[in-house]
Amino acid sequence: MTITTADLQRLFAMIAADIAVNRDRLCELDGVIGDADHGIAMDGGCQAAATAVAALDPATTEPATIFNTAAKAFLNAVGASSGPLYATAFLRAGAAVKGKSTLTDDDFVALLTAMADGIQQRGKAEPGEKTMLDAWKPAADAARNARQAGASLPASLAAATEAARTGCEATAAMLAAKGRASRLGERVLGHVDPGAASAVIIVAAMERFVGTIG
Amino acid sequence: MKTKKLINAGADAVDEMLQGVLAAHPNHLYALADAPRAIIARNGPRKGKVGLVVGGGSGHEPAFLGYVGKGLADAAAIGNVFASPPPDPIMACAKAVDGGAGVLFLYGNYAGDVMNFDMAAEMLGLDDLEVRTVLTTDDIASAPADQRDKRRGVAGNVFVFKATGAACDLMYSFDEAERVARHANARTFTMGVALSPCSLPQTLKPNFEIGDDEMEIGMGIHGEPGVARGPLKPADAVTDDLMDRILHEMAASPGDRVAVLVNSLGSTPPMELYIMMRRVKSRLDAAGLVLHTALVGNYCTSLEMAGASITVMHLDAELQRLIDHPCDCAMFSR
Repeated sequence: MTITTADLQRLFAMIAADIAVNRDRLCELDGVIGDADHGIAMDGGCQAAATAVAALDPATTEPATIFNTAAKAFLNAVGASSGPLYATAFLRAGAAVKGKSTLTDDDFVALLTAMADGIQQRGKAEPGEKTMLDAWKPAADAARNARQAGASLPASLAAATEAARTGCEATAAMLAAKGRASRLGERVLGHVDPGAASAVIIVAAMERFVGTIG
Repeated sequence: MKTKKLINAGADAVDEMLQGVLAAHPNHLYALADAPRAIIARNGPRKGKVGLVVGGGSGHEPAFLGYVGKGLADAAAIGNVFASPPPDPIMACAKAVDGGAGVLFLYGNYAGDVMNFDMAAEMLGLDDLEVRTVLTTDDIASAPADQRDKRRGVAGNVFVFKATGAACDLMYSFDEAERVARHANARTFTMGVALSPCSLPQTLKPNFEIGDDEMEIGMGIHGEPGVARGPLKPADAVTDDLMDRILHEMAASPGDRVAVLVNSLGSTPPMELYIMMRRVKSRLDAAGLVLHTALVGNYCTSLEMAGASITVMHLDAELQRLIDHPCDCAMFSR
């Protein structure tokens, strides 16, 4: 497959649409162990990113610019914790495809690893600390491993979504080491991390997106 | 069920509030034309003075913009409700108040605020503007005493900002202003109790559930669950619960002086705050502590949450002088 700048504009629109329908659910998850605004932040950030990206001319814009534009728009719409984390993820994605005019299947799989690494470095988190990294890192690893084993792009992204979901569910059994939930001790047990839940939605949107590439 | 609020569109609440604040206080505050969420003091920032930038999420008014003015903070970066501002308004604040003596970032210890302020500081560093950061960590319910740096910053911000703003106004050096901020924070202790939740303008849904006959000790100013939930007790017993913890940690000696803030989380009225204040005074008297000054009212709120927090700052000669130093802000003056 060849993924163009116009395709990536569509990707950000699909992510924004999927986050929007889950906005209130993400707020409810956050209300249990945080301050109930995660859905608002993710919705605001993804809408801003999609809008900013849509305003670019696909004929003269490289894929890297799509990600860099999304990063700045997301960050300035949101602030909060998710702003710096996703802004860094998108900036690393942009750096990973710098200079390319279109993306190959391998490029797209590599985006997930770049994003997961960016989130990990900005948040200074490790796996197992009940954060969005617990969905992003397994998703990136699963996509990379599937791809290296010869899987198609859709199959690689399907593996990523599955791993993100499993990783998110596993956060219910974790104590929180980062963010506001870290002050709650054992009261967070039994509740998934809202950041991991929104990560699943984004990875699933990326899977849905590659299914639409002809 | 949706809560009732006097707002227009939820998404416009922060910007419309800022427009109202600027309309009411044009002699104290202005917003930068290219950064409407960077709120700057008309009087205060000047050459040779350390610039003091505070900030954080909205929904805590009069924190943080109410403490911008002569003798206190020079600027506040404004975020969405309960969400850190992004780096852009933070950077705009720093540039607007830079007097060539350095810029101090002073804000509550929350993961989101730390990431955004740190990103701003990194980018300002590339422009040769030197920034230092002090985090407030006065909420004693949010982590054990041996993990002070993990605690969050709550209503004690008012005293820490006040002392640091005074130090900056008195033209302390960058090193000295930073030292004062750390010293003020180390001697400020807050603990709160929540009775009923608040709701965000964008959701209009209560941000936590609590029984009609329950209270939660130690709840954070964003509704983060606290350390213990139990049946609602009379004001004296609740005040004792909070003061027991505060006095134990503060470890003051008889004759020491303190500043006290009895703060409403939003909808708890002055009547109840003064009932608590009465008990605070009797507890201070019993411990032989001298009440130097008291603030009672809405100083660091959590939208319409019901409940209150008690902050005690353990004064020394320097902090007493800085707390007493005049200031003239939109929503606070001495």
